[in-house]
Amino acid sequence: MSKTVLMKGNEALAESAIRAGCTHYFGYPITPQNEIPAYMAKEMPGRGGCFLQAESEIAAINMVFGASGAGARTMTSTSSPGMSLKQEGLSYLAGAELPCVVVNMMRGGPGLGGIAGSQADYFQATRGGGNGDYRSIVLAPGNVQELADLTVDAFELADKYRMVVTILGDGYLGQMSEPVVLPEPTLKSVDKPWAVSGNKGRKPNKVMSLRLSPEDYLEKHNIHLQELYSGVENSETRAEQYMTEDAEYIIVSYGTSSRISRKAVKALREEGVKVGLFRPVTLWPYPMKELNELAGKVKKVLTVEMSAGQMLEDVKVAVNGKADVDFYGKMGGAVPESAEIIKIIKGYR
Amino acid sequence: MEEKLIYKKPDSLNELKTHYCPGCGHGIVHKLIAEVMDELEIREESIVVAPVGCSVLIYDYLNCDGIESAHGRAPAVATGVKRVHPDKIVISYQGDGDLLAIGAGETIHAANRGENITVIFVNNAIYGMTGGQMAPTTMPEQITKTTPYGRNTDDVGFPIRACELVNTLVAPFYIERTSVHDVKHIIKTKKAIKKALLNQKEGKGYSFVEVLSTCNVGWGVSPIKANKWVETAMIPYYPLGVFREEKEKV
Repeated sequence: MSKTVLMKGNEALAESAIRAGCTHYFGYPITPQNEIPAYMAKEMPGRGGCFLQAESEIAAINMVFGASGAGARTMTSTSSPGMSLKQEGLSYLAGAELPCVVVNMMRGGPGLGGIAGSQADYFQATRGGGNGDYRSIVLAPGNVQELADLTVDAFELADKYRMVVTILGDGYLGQMSEPVVLPEPTLKSVDKPWAVSGNKGRKPNKVMSLRLSPEDYLEKHNIHLQELYSGVENSETRAEQYMTEDAEYIIVSYGTSSRISRKAVKALREEGVKVGLFRPVTLWPYPMKELNELAGKVKKVLTVEMSAGQMLEDVKVAVNGKADVDFYGKMGGAVPESAEIIKIIKGYR
Repeated sequence: MEEKLIYKKPDSLNELKTHYCPGCGHGIVHKLIAEVMDELEIREESIVVAPVGCSVLIYDYLNCDGIESAHGRAPAVATGVKRVHPDKIVISYQGDGDLLAIGAGETIHAANRGENITVIFVNNAIYGMTGGQMAPTTMPEQITKTTPYGRNTDDVGFPIRACELVNTLVAPFYIERTSVHDVKHIIKTKKAIKKALLNQKEGKGYSFVEVLSTCNVGWGVSPIKANKWVETAMIPYYPLGVFREEKEKV
């Protein structure tokens, strides 16, 4: 069992990736995630891995495409403007069914925006900014321990489904230091008979998203992808419920804003207000069923986000009219305040 | 009299009808690569990176592992593959729009890192797949769909010379420009491709072979005229020959 260490979120993620068997990291500098490439640059060479600073975010994600297509566990990390540039690659990875892990430590936008943490890339992450009908699994860690644990899960899910898994953190989470128990290194290798490696002893493999021939046509491929995504929706949703058993009001929040929401829940409970926190850990697939069931038992649902209200749309779909849905958000790197959340919840009584 | 087989289809080339227009140079370059793969016995060690453009289906024609790349990203994809399989032969096959326009950044930086890969650059001075638009290598005054009055160099600049550009970098090991407009030059092209792949096999580093080729359909001329045009218009602007045969000393 590993012992508890104090680590910055970005570094805990990087170390966990190496322990999860990530052998190839490609990235381009951008604040606030620069500790990840720095950690990889320092650690990878001595631990049998490859760190390469790419010439752009676009090159980095396409190096990931190549390394994944060649069978490696591979990762890239970035922050919001960089994530925009990676969208082309994500679409190609999805089309070719290549597994990889992509980290977005979100910052405020639009455009160059700012370097403070934000949650304004929810749409981009969960809807997909690239072309075509595709999905990526999106994991939303809420603390440094979860950054470490979900990084391991991300690689497992990526290989299990041959999908892109996005770890959607934010600048605050990446920069904060917390005690963490790092995961044990995995030693098992994943068999990837579809990868390119030279065709000695087998027929040539082809890794591609282009589908032109009648026997392999694009509609058929899309139907296959949608079936794959349905399977993920049926079995991989995750959410944490905190003090929801008897709750009259619930707050729905993820990542950094869920930490503030939790603080508000604790304070309100001390005053006897029956409030709970519903925290999605998977943003796609979204825990629709779990939230819908919970919404049937409460009077009001408050969505708290560091955005203009992006997850709010999924919350409304999940609640489906069973309760009123309210919203409190801060934008551009500003952080919701627990005092404000407390005031809003008290106002419901 | 006993028949003696003196020429056959290379094993590295699949028995397929290509989608290339009659007179196109891609088929020739594909076959040269396949012949070299046979001769160096590297077919089962090779991974070809397919670009976006006319040669997007090269992985169907070559009898080896193949991986697609987004438009212009072939050198980045090749880098990813090579970093996972440093002992395998990775070929990045690209056209002019792919390599010098949308993928200029990836081209320069893969070359600058001295990735131990082989880049085969087929320069036919036009975008063929999309119906004949201006490429970075389209000649001055050349008429295309997007230069209907001829390429105006005052407006859009002059064609880019890829070998000369790559030759400004320190890391590349081997740079040569050849042509496939006649038999003599096809034989020279094969030698260049062989040298480039041998370099990679021996771990010498980045090799870049630019092949001047024809797109008679895109150019709107007969195949014979197209071959002549390579000789009279392209070669004077894109001089053939070896630009570098070893890493620059710093």
